[in-house]
Amino acid sequence: MNWLRRGTSEPLWKEEFSVRTADERYVTRRQLTKFLVLTSLGMFVGNIWILIRSLFYKTPVYPQQPVAELGEIPIGGVKLFSYPTKDDHCIMIRTAEDEYVSYSQKCTHLSCAVYYSQAENRLECPCHQGFFSIKDGTVLQGPPSRPLPRIVLETRGEQLVAIEVKG
Amino acid sequence: MFGYEFYVDPSRCIGCRSCLQACEECDTHRGKSMINFDFIEREESIRSAAYVCWHCDEPTCAQVCPADAIKKGEDGIVHSSLKPRCIACNNCVLACPFGIPKMMIPEQQMMKCDMCYDRTSIGKRPMCATVCPSQALSYVRPEEIASRREKPTNIFYFGSQKITTKVYMMAPAEREAIALDVVDYMWEENHELVAARD
Repeated sequence: MNWLRRGTSEPLWKEEFSVRTADERYVTRRQLTKFLVLTSLGMFVGNIWILIRSLFYKTPVYPQQPVAELGEIPIGGVKLFSYPTKDDHCIMIRTAEDEYVSYSQKCTHLSCAVYYSQAENRLECPCHQGFFSIKDGTVLQGPPSRPLPRIVLETRGEQLVAIEVKG
Repeated sequence: MFGYEFYVDPSRCIGCRSCLQACEECDTHRGKSMINFDFIEREESIRSAAYVCWHCDEPTCAQVCPADAIKKGEDGIVHSSLKPRCIACNNCVLACPFGIPKMMIPEQQMMKCDMCYDRTSIGKRPMCATVCPSQALSYVRPEEIASRREKPTNIFYFGSQKITTKVYMMAPAEREAIALDVVDYMWEENHELVAARD
């Protein structure tokens, strides 16, 4: 630990148990207890705050937004769009003749943009090799711990309409 | 802190022991005097000397304390040992070159002069200095002490150990420091002040 110290020829114990109260770095039992009590009080207040917030939590209202035409993209094709706001980028994949899935494009690890790998039939994040299932967006491999938020799509006539974000 | 300094002048001491009584009045150590009081060559003279802790800049008592019980505060006061830490080992009592620390056997704790910390920390004068009739112990501003014939010094030599202190000793005007030949004292002969080196 010598590299941490100021340049001095004094032995370490003299510095740690200094004669001068001003230079003392020794933490007394009482100081530590005070610190522990105050920290746990802070944790308690924080938890109460989270509880109160969750009691007043309102589920957001999502807009209904047409995002694509039926048959606009081929099977295995991809379309990028933004939903529910302009800054929330999403990815839509046509997995079968009349099967479309859509997820948020933001990786749940560190927010890199995920892309669709046709060869592996999965969503891949290039940053840290996080892979997501195409079926329900769950994590297959890598550092992300939560699944990708899913965009619920609805077919209305010839149009695909995004109606909700789940997860 | 308040512009006052403590000056000790044993040549003015008349041996009245008022300071000992006044010190005992202090609430933090009621009934126990922290003043060090000595008769000098009692066979031949009536000289006496009362003095307080010198509050060294590098306090030897604190340096030798194995329990880290003696602390020097930010205002330069060396305090009595901390009660929860003091192990009553007597190291400080033996090490202090001035012989200041006092071992309180019933309490199993070293206590010493803390310059009436409850008073001086709020700008009042220490008990001993308020009662000393001859101002052998005086707690005054430096400009007040400058009018005396003696000159204050706070440099002491004990053999090869140089000590600088917070409390001043009044010394003959021509002396820069007070030096004591410790070995000479051990032979109990010729107790002379030796001239300060450098």
